[in-house]
Amino acid sequence: MSSTLALEVSQLRVVRQHNEILKSLSFDVAAGELVGLLGPSGSGKSTLMRSLLGVQAITSGSAVILGENAGSPALRRRIGYMAQGSAIYTDLSVSENLAYFAGVLGVDRSRVHHVLEVVNLRALAARLVSSLSGGERSRVSLAVAMLGAPPLLILDEPTVGLDPVLRQDLWNTFTQLASNGTAVLVSSHVMDEAARCARLLLLREGHLLFDDTPAQLLSRTGAGDYDDAFVRLIKGAP
Amino acid sequence: MSLRRTALTMRRIMQQLRHDPRTIVLLLVVPSALVGLLAWSLQNRPGDFDQFGPRLLGIFPLTVMFLVTSVTTLRERTNATLERLLTMPLAKAELILGYAGAFGLVAVVQSALVSTLSYTWFGLSHQGVPWRVSLVALCAGLLGTSFGLALSALATTEFQAVQFMPAFILPQLLLCGLIVPLAQLPDALRYVADVVPMSAAVHAITPGQSRTYYVEQFAIMLGYIGAALMVGSTTLGRRTK
Repeated sequence: MSSTLALEVSQLRVVRQHNEILKSLSFDVAAGELVGLLGPSGSGKSTLMRSLLGVQAITSGSAVILGENAGSPALRRRIGYMAQGSAIYTDLSVSENLAYFAGVLGVDRSRVHHVLEVVNLRALAARLVSSLSGGERSRVSLAVAMLGAPPLLILDEPTVGLDPVLRQDLWNTFTQLASNGTAVLVSSHVMDEAARCARLLLLREGHLLFDDTPAQLLSRTGAGDYDDAFVRLIKGAP
Repeated sequence: MSLRRTALTMRRIMQQLRHDPRTIVLLLVVPSALVGLLAWSLQNRPGDFDQFGPRLLGIFPLTVMFLVTSVTTLRERTNATLERLLTMPLAKAELILGYAGAFGLVAVVQSALVSTLSYTWFGLSHQGVPWRVSLVALCAGLLGTSFGLALSALATTEFQAVQFMPAFILPQLLLCGLIVPLAQLPDALRYVADVVPMSAAVHAITPGQSRTYYVEQFAIMLGYIGAALMVGSTTLGRRTK
């Protein structure tokens, strides 16, 4: 069982400048799971993702990713990360961006064509990123995250600011990746996206409020929609 | 340390420059135009251009490369591409050397153009050896690049990065012997002036010194370049506390 775990987080605490951002979080994510990390902005979603990546120091507790401690150099090829904001070079073309990151990861050039296909950007490959819309940039960034075909994808608000059609396309892509065995952790501050995930983690002020399926969230709170469910959950919380 | 990833990074930075023709023109034209302007303004004072012109060949690459590098690396930090790279198998040294390589190359082209124009069109007749002048220009460009890499960590906005230019460059300009000969400086300042990076560049261009003197100046420059690159790589933190 433990061999299929992509992520084992146990009593993870992060304190930054006397501010406790994450308060003893524990959860597991298995391979092939599509997990939504939801919560209002400032709830600690990005900090949690950055600690899993090893770019945020952990104060106490542990985060084990694919059998290695967070931040271990061996993980640098095995986690695909898409940060908030696109984190690509705006003064390079789409394909130049991908070619560079592919080179750094040491993956074959054919992967560049493949990921461009997946995010449906083949037609824009030669365009400068600075001439792309926000949604197109997000898709380039997602393509970079997928380049190394990593067993774990960590995506920080990948759908923010996208139109509904594009959002649906991206969620379909995530579902597809998960069904191929990739563990996908996606954050969002839009509660409506909860329905897209197989499993939900609700984060508020550094606490994990809820960890179960979307259907369970609705039935447990008796709410009609996810926003309402979140509110009821907070009010019901001690 | 992988040479392949360093070369890839260098190529990526060159590609970024290629998409920005205006910057390329500014990098190449401005120093040449300034030296030309100096030559012209000293037309009625024979001998003066031969004295001041070569020093500028050491000062310009340092200044321009410092500015370009600090803004570019700051951009890499603020738009999160740096964080992304550091979550990938890229060593900090590979990134730093990629920058030094790419901008070093620009410095070579820039200084080759300025020196060629100086020795031909602007009528520079300098007893120094042209190859040494070019070598100084390259080292000065690398000095600018390495200090730009190191100091960009202190800036949080591009506005601040640009302000580092007067803070870092102007004091050196006052102390490198361009305005006041080093021998006439107050003692305390002379000690400082002797060790600032720009002085080494200016000294290495001064004609008629001994061979050991030149070797010493180049050693000082290389020492600074190495130290600044090392500081630069420690400021590229993989992990936030």
